[in-house]
Amino acid sequence: MNQKIAVLTLLSQNIQKRNSALPLPGFIHTRWAKGLGLKRGGDTILYTGQMYQMVPYLLALQRRQRGIPSKFYEKLIRIILLINPVINVSFLGTIGAVKREERDYYFGVLKKIVALLRANGLEPGYLYEKELYAGTLAHDLGLERVFKEHAIRLSEIFKKEGVKTIITVDPHSTDMFKRVYPKAVKGFDFEVKSYLELLVEKGAKGLKAKEDEEVVIHDSCVYARYLDVIEAPRRLLKKARAKIKEPRFSGEITHCCGGPAESIFPEKAREVAKNRVDELTKEARTIVTMCPICHLNLKEACGPDGRVEDLALWI
Amino acid sequence: MIRVNPKLKKELERYGEFNANQCFSCGTCTALCPMGLKILPREIFRFSLLGSEEKLKEAEDAIYSCLLCRMCEANCPQGVKISENIRILRTYFTERVFKI
Repeated sequence: MNQKIAVLTLLSQNIQKRNSALPLPGFIHTRWAKGLGLKRGGDTILYTGQMYQMVPYLLALQRRQRGIPSKFYEKLIRIILLINPVINVSFLGTIGAVKREERDYYFGVLKKIVALLRANGLEPGYLYEKELYAGTLAHDLGLERVFKEHAIRLSEIFKKEGVKTIITVDPHSTDMFKRVYPKAVKGFDFEVKSYLELLVEKGAKGLKAKEDEEVVIHDSCVYARYLDVIEAPRRLLKKARAKIKEPRFSGEITHCCGGPAESIFPEKAREVAKNRVDELTKEARTIVTMCPICHLNLKEACGPDGRVEDLALWI
Repeated sequence: MIRVNPKLKKELERYGEFNANQCFSCGTCTALCPMGLKILPREIFRFSLLGSEEKLKEAEDAIYSCLLCRMCEANCPQGVKISENIRILRTYFTERVFKI
């Protein structure tokens, strides 16, 4: 069985049976919000799409995968696909391989986003265990039927919970809700805003650059070319008095981090990420980005000495 | 010699707005592709419009390696919706070839 079919089948099983590309138990994907006092639901919600929560588990899976000798790979894939409908193999594969510092970092991004919103007078709710992944990977990889069924499920949850406005934290979910869901789901008419745009709208109060050091900005392809969110991150960094450098390819002509190829062509994805890191680090040692997938890929390509920061943690 | 399926284009159009026929093969997309795959995406579009399922199957890896980053699309002089066309081809593969 080739890797494409294996990945697509696993993804299809996970989304249909467990509502996520990498299904994490509810107590894990909501743990970041513990102690924050976020109210349950409400007409304005913070939607994480489980994206930042997934990254440390994706990294753990990648580490596990690299440790498997290639001669066993084919057999293992067949066994996984056979038992995955009954046992959550994707999550099982991460147990014991998740690094605490990685989990704390990505959970910390979400906590900081809540703090930034509160500093600007916003008090969103959160759907906790009821929040589902947006289905981006199924849509992008052509699992159209699986995606549409999932999109309808998530849309029903929003309606049932009385949601009117969705505040997103990552470019992929933002694009799904702004561009794709309205075409795929009848009556999907929620107001959707990324936290970046919202902070700018509210005057971006209480921002301060984490350090005095220069940072180079990496635009996410989805924010820059799908959603035209180019100015908002720059305004926030400027408001925080961060010293920003622009790479040769930025804004509308930003270069990709390679992330979307990671699930099927990991080696090629790493090569693209390495090229991007080389471009970026010509300008500054520290890279700032605003997408969990870009963060993961650039960080991996930088190696242990490289520094990639999420924008929320730099302002 | 290649075998063609004259209904392929219509089939692809069922999955969404497939506008590969606007491509005039200037090669801007190929030159800008960060994946560096020479076949992407204009040749794939020719195979689709011709109805060559065999050639499309040979290009399966290229179709799935596209990052959907839209670097090519932002610079396409013909306004071809390249990423959406690639996504439609993936849907075709998933449903018709892999039968997932």
